[in-house]
Amino acid sequence: MLVAVSTLLAAAVGIPLGIVLTRRPRLARPILGIAGVVQTIPSLALFGFLLPLPLIGGIGARTAIVALLVYAMLPVLRNTYAGILSVDPAISEAATGLGMTARQRLWWVELPLALPVVLAGVRIATVVSIGLATIAAAIGAGGLGVLIYRGIAIVDNRQILAGAVPAALLALAADGLLGWIERRQSRWRES
Amino acid sequence: MGVSPAIEFQVVRKSFGGRTVLDDFSLEVRPGETVALIGRSGCGKTTALKLVNRLLEVDAGRVLVEGRDVAREDAIALRRKLGYVIQEGGLFPHWDVRSNVETVPRLLGWDEERRRRRSGEVLGMVSLPAEEFGGRRPRQLSGGQRQRVGVARALAADPPVLLMDEPFGALDPIARRALQREFLDWKRRLKKAVLLVTHDMREAFLLADRIAVMDRGRIRQAGTKADLVERPADDFVREFVSEAS
Repeated sequence: MLVAVSTLLAAAVGIPLGIVLTRRPRLARPILGIAGVVQTIPSLALFGFLLPLPLIGGIGARTAIVALLVYAMLPVLRNTYAGILSVDPAISEAATGLGMTARQRLWWVELPLALPVVLAGVRIATVVSIGLATIAAAIGAGGLGVLIYRGIAIVDNRQILAGAVPAALLALAADGLLGWIERRQSRWRES
Repeated sequence: MGVSPAIEFQVVRKSFGGRTVLDDFSLEVRPGETVALIGRSGCGKTTALKLVNRLLEVDAGRVLVEGRDVAREDAIALRRKLGYVIQEGGLFPHWDVRSNVETVPRLLGWDEERRRRRSGEVLGMVSLPAEEFGGRRPRQLSGGQRQRVGVARALAADPPVLLMDEPFGALDPIARRALQREFLDWKRRLKKAVLLVTHDMREAFLLADRIAVMDRGRIRQAGTKADLVERPADDFVREFVSEAS
């Protein structure tokens, strides 16, 4: 649940922001830089930072979603940006030269061509989020992480595994599912 | 007053950064006429072409299309009435041949039936029957076929003026020959004004009514094949012409 909400939010924010960055190249470097720096903050520390903040902070799932969103957004943002920039400039110029408006070019040409890369970003974001979500139990967000922490506390390997194994399986399943969507999508493009 | 030229450059200057790529550039393409811009890479020929459909803007001077200053026209509307053929076709890889060809008609808001009819027509004209090729993706075509689709796409909305940027440059000699022959056939039938960018003098001699030889942003000489061969303006032109024979 945590993962689904935060990944969807990350996509909802990251994809448009990535598109904006391709239109404002001067903003791209600082914003991607900041996103990269945030990514290096250890997740437990980030949860700690967020706790005392009003509105987004506090104990519980909301704080966890905010933190996961921060981590999940970078891959989405970076891949959207890179995906759109990777569209052959000759193709974009052809679109403009034939009389497409900037918006038509984006929706008809650039986004469809960047889609595989954007989807790959969402896939990375999902897998990263699943791993981090277990840590969110430390701030009372619930989830499989609760089992892991309890197991660690009472030195019970079975409980640790009861949390860790499903979390890992979940990550693999999500990765597989998104990978399958990605492949299906690219097959459709080639057919 | 006679008919205004299809395209007219009036003392155009264009620079990128500090580098002047076009200077004192004047040229006209009359209705139904094919004019080739020829020169080595970096001589400004593609820049000149892109000034017509406003992919680039002039720094000084004017470019007119059918007697009207392009700077005063809406760039989007202007581009939709100029056919544009790009090296290697510049096709949209995620669309099939038909959708590629129907790009401009769709932008112009034609209904589906009219688009279908027209794409069938132009695909037939470039010898790629729509029933067989319409559903294919660009990557399933040969280079020559892709280039034909590029031409069909440019012709789809029946523009009076065509801009062609090295349209046959990326093809093997056999495919190029075939397309050049077809070009002459289209030209005879359609009577479009064509501005053609090329680096191949033989191609220019074969396809164009007049040829403008360019060097470092300036026109060295503009004239018919006979003018260039018999009365070359200088050694540069003479050397260029000799390469073709």
